[in-house]
Amino acid sequence: MSMFERKPLAALVGALALSAVLSACHSQPVRSGQPLGLGTPVAAAQLAAWDIDIDADGRGLPPGSGTVAAGQRIYETRCIACHGVGGQNGIADRLAGGQGSLATKTPVRTVGSFWPYATTLFDYVRRAMPFDSPQSLAPDEVYAVSAYVLHLNGLLPADGRLDAASLPRIVMPNRDGFKVDDRPDVVGTRCMKDCVPGS
Amino acid sequence: MPPYLPPPGLDAGTDLVADKSAKPPGRRRFLQGGAVLAGAAATLAGPARAVGEALPVPAWTRSQGRPAAGPYGQPSGFEGRVIRRVREGAQPTFPTAASSLTPLADIFGTITPNGLVFERHHAGIPDIDPEQHRLVIHGLVERPLSFSLNDLLRFPAVSRVHFLECAGNSGSEWRPARKLTVQSLHGLLSCCEWTGVSLGTLLQEVGVAPEAKWLLAEGADAAAMTRSVPLDKALDDALIVYAQNGEMLRPEQGYPLRLLLPGWEGNINVKWLRRLKLGTAPWQSRQETSKYTDLLPDGTSRQFSFVLDVKSVITGPSGGQILKSRGRQQITGLAWSGHGRIRRVDVSIDGGRNWEEAVLQTPVLDRALTRFSLPWLWDGGPAVLQSRAVDSHGNVQPTRSQLIAARGTESAYHYNGIQSWQVLPSGEVHNVHV
Repeated sequence: MSMFERKPLAALVGALALSAVLSACHSQPVRSGQPLGLGTPVAAAQLAAWDIDIDADGRGLPPGSGTVAAGQRIYETRCIACHGVGGQNGIADRLAGGQGSLATKTPVRTVGSFWPYATTLFDYVRRAMPFDSPQSLAPDEVYAVSAYVLHLNGLLPADGRLDAASLPRIVMPNRDGFKVDDRPDVVGTRCMKDCVPGS
Repeated sequence: MPPYLPPPGLDAGTDLVADKSAKPPGRRRFLQGGAVLAGAAATLAGPARAVGEALPVPAWTRSQGRPAAGPYGQPSGFEGRVIRRVREGAQPTFPTAASSLTPLADIFGTITPNGLVFERHHAGIPDIDPEQHRLVIHGLVERPLSFSLNDLLRFPAVSRVHFLECAGNSGSEWRPARKLTVQSLHGLLSCCEWTGVSLGTLLQEVGVAPEAKWLLAEGADAAAMTRSVPLDKALDDALIVYAQNGEMLRPEQGYPLRLLLPGWEGNINVKWLRRLKLGTAPWQSRQETSKYTDLLPDGTSRQFSFVLDVKSVITGPSGGQILKSRGRQQITGLAWSGHGRIRRVDVSIDGGRNWEEAVLQTPVLDRALTRFSLPWLWDGGPAVLQSRAVDSHGNVQPTRSQLIAARGTESAYHYNGIQSWQVLPSGEVHNVHV
């Protein structure tokens, strides 16, 4: 401000010159469609600990394997307190049973009755379970716990084993039970006078 | 006294301005079945006023107040009841996998104060160091990049006002009516001015591969929550948000970064956002299969039901409140739609037989909470108050019966039925189903 007070004319000329320079530069970095060059390149190796998602085809499943029996042992130490014996009657979500109940008045949504993909089970257990210690299980342990939960739902025999090849091939009972959003399925009406309440 | 009231825009002490598209309600009879209201108008006595008592000069006028406010201002100590609460009678099994609700009956206008924005967490609120936090965009891109918060602050900032609503909001209404407050019934709802970077700008920075159709959004909390987002939405209007209502995000809202997908169910607006991975198909994560899908009576489920449909609720008078005197009341509430703007809101005081158009507070913003109001002369008799919103796409809010006829009672999410508040002669207001 003081510069303007002391040399108003010089300041004005300077400001005009500066604004001309600025407007000339201005169009360069913000041109639509041009990257700004911000951010740091990141290599796949750097991302290994974050890049843990498993897709519906099983892409991303790590090497390793686990058996139903090993899974039961882990379940009974790490999971049973919340999910209950046999994946039922716990304080957390029910994991087993409910098959055939979805179209009834008392549907029971479990891994076996509702989840469309077994890959989701591995992905979720690996990223978010056990609740008191997320991302603490090794891949073999996640395969094992997944195998046990599938076994509780009759989807893997007692001597079963899961790995990256077999997990995506498990056919979940509700695999075809989902449809992409097809709303509007309910259309309200704008009656103003002598309407039928609730209609 | 005429059987109608002047439009609220003419009243002192209100900022409500009539929407240009809406006829002022005062030009018409408020209720078509006017007998109730006309009778009421003829016999109403105004609220009792003390006569002749001198107004005292209180203590706070006779002495200095406190020094200039401290480092961060707080509401008046008299407003201590205006707080977030968990749903009445529903103590969470796991305190870190829980929600708290916005006190809708006690807030004003359309912007939710930051301390009252509803919460829903799956593994608690992480304390994230913004210096260490990174947002990585990778997968089907030309240049995988990692962004610090500082990087993001150098992009052009975008600020927009949008509502946020949990898909499970109002879910208890699928069940028989419980006498709950509007906070407990519908409080998983808030509206903020969000500031951040357009996700389209960031995607331009990494270069999207032509085969990419979806992206996975992942949080940095202990749930490492993931949702699949269609690329079209990401390019259309998605924001990577770092601020709400003029300050950095609150920790419970995703500090330092969250995804914001205007008009879409709360859960997909991933908080504590750390990673976006581009791919060809949805990942089928737990939050988009086992949860946030809508089970229908035939046993099939609707999936990727992202958009929140047109909806409204009267916040005053509302459940748990008591009308202290007959006569003039101000019916007020909130309307919103994930499809666009609110075009109009109708109000009924007779349980849906007759309706009158409410006045909308302007400006009415796209996919933002919209405040409506309508004056009402209560004659002291029983009444059932309802509101019904219409959005800019012509969607009309349905009744609860219509919803249940189409979806049964087990779909859990996306309830947008008309709310009914019964006013008893005692002045008590209760949630009912008509």
